[in-house]
Amino acid sequence: MKFAYYPGCSLETSGKEYDLSTRAVSKHLGIELTEVPDWSCCGATAGHSTSHLLALALPARNLALAEETGLDVTAPCAACYQRLALACHELNQNPQLREKVNEITGRPFHGKSKVISILEVISSVGLEQIRAQVVKPLKGLKIAAYYGCLLVRPRAIQIDDPENPQIIEQIMQAAGADTVDWPHKTECCGASLAVSNEEVAIPMVSRILKAAALSGANCLVCACPLCHFNLDMRQLKVNRLRGTNYQLPVFYFTQLLGVAMGLNPQDLSLHTHFVDTGQVLKLVG
Amino acid sequence: METIRLNESEDRDFIERVSRESGQAVENCYQCGKCTAGCPVAFAYDLMPHQVMRMVQMGLKEEVLRCQSIWLCASCVTCTVRCPRKIDVAMVMDTLRIMARRKGMVPPGRGRNVALFNNNFLGSIQKYGRLFELATMAMFNLKTGQPFREANTGLTMLRRGKLKLSVTKPRGLEEINHIFEKVRQAEKEV
Ligand code: SF4
Ligand code: SF4
Ligand code: SF4
Repeated sequence: MKFAYYPGCSLETSGKEYDLSTRAVSKHLGIELTEVPDWSCCGATAGHSTSHLLALALPARNLALAEETGLDVTAPCAACYQRLALACHELNQNPQLREKVNEITGRPFHGKSKVISILEVISSVGLEQIRAQVVKPLKGLKIAAYYGCLLVRPRAIQIDDPENPQIIEQIMQAAGADTVDWPHKTECCGASLAVSNEEVAIPMVSRILKAAALSGANCLVCACPLCHFNLDMRQLKVNRLRGTNYQLPVFYFTQLLGVAMGLNPQDLSLHTHFVDTGQVLKLVG
Repeated sequence: METIRLNESEDRDFIERVSRESGQAVENCYQCGKCTAGCPVAFAYDLMPHQVMRMVQMGLKEEVLRCQSIWLCASCVTCTVRCPRKIDVAMVMDTLRIMARRKGMVPPGRGRNVALFNNNFLGSIQKYGRLFELATMAMFNLKTGQPFREANTGLTMLRRGKLKLSVTKPRGLEEINHIFEKVRQAEKEV
């Protein structure tokens, strides 16, 4: 299996655990990732908040570059995935608009490459295959799988059900973990507001942590660097500001998959989180 | 609550514009309130999502474009997937934000920093082709008059290799700059 790989801006910095673990796990599963040459930012929320055309053109340049490799493209970051997939969808629906955008980017995108989330890429290996690679089952972990918004909404690009998705649970169960049923798995964490209006984001993070804790989870698993930073770093703030004492490490699903497959912990960057991961990982042994 | 005089404020052109730009049949909203019930940011809004929809239907352009909600909307798209009338409410919010910006309206209250953040973010992309997190944050802090905001977090991140002092610029920087210019031009023509 071969894919063009669009890391996106966060994976070079605050989301480096996701980048490292995605590359390591993919390699182990025989998925070949080729970085999109000369990729640029997808525009994220700032782009579509400012101009519809810009929100199409910024991803379109990357879609065109990906297409030049002749491969379908995968983006681990949920925000990048949503932006690329939505642009791809809209440009394919509307050939006139595609012309216009191609003229703006100067790099024609023909709609040949598809955009696929890394969750789908990894699950397409097959749960049996994944199970066969597990050398250290994730026993003791009670996972609250957190999807956030961008992987499951809007409908045109959703990778799973927008209210009760299961794909992360399936992968984590195949790796030997327990998962909990809980109500906040697709509730927004407010990451896009966290810098500009932190006092609005804090209660949003707090609600999610509370629901996870009440469900009996001992960690959260996500698939987005924005969710990760918000739930990991701001967990300390929630505790400080609201007098709570949450101790819920937030993992990328690729990190735990790597643990289960016995990959080198260095390659999974398990100790660069804000909330300590050591205690929970000890349960796995 | 302010009294709104309908006959004075109705603006047909506004209703049409919002419908056209968002591609949404705003007249279909029947005010069930489901969008508001599921909105994770409603607790901080000045106008609830269903009120925004109603006011668009009534052509209350000034009131809608001057609210904070259109800036605080986190684009989580929950309203959209739950609307029984299949209206993409999140797209309407996006459209209103874009219209307010185009009109040069100063975003009120909490909207101000949202707009500032977005501008900084896009500024970084135009300049470097990718988001330069450190510079973008520093700039945001300066412009909002809180130079040491998140300094400790930043240091921790630097130590753990999660923040870089520079950014890897793509070779196609000119291409990217060109995209921004061309979009600006194209939008002037509408
Ligand atoms: S980071 Fe938070 S706000 Fe953004 S998509 Fe994920 S859940 Fe929603
Ligand atoms: S959910 Fe749809 S129909 Fe109901 S109030 Fe909101 S926009 Fe109107
Ligand atoms: S998209 Fe905006 S208005 Fe709709 S539910 Fe999410 S935050 Fe609320």
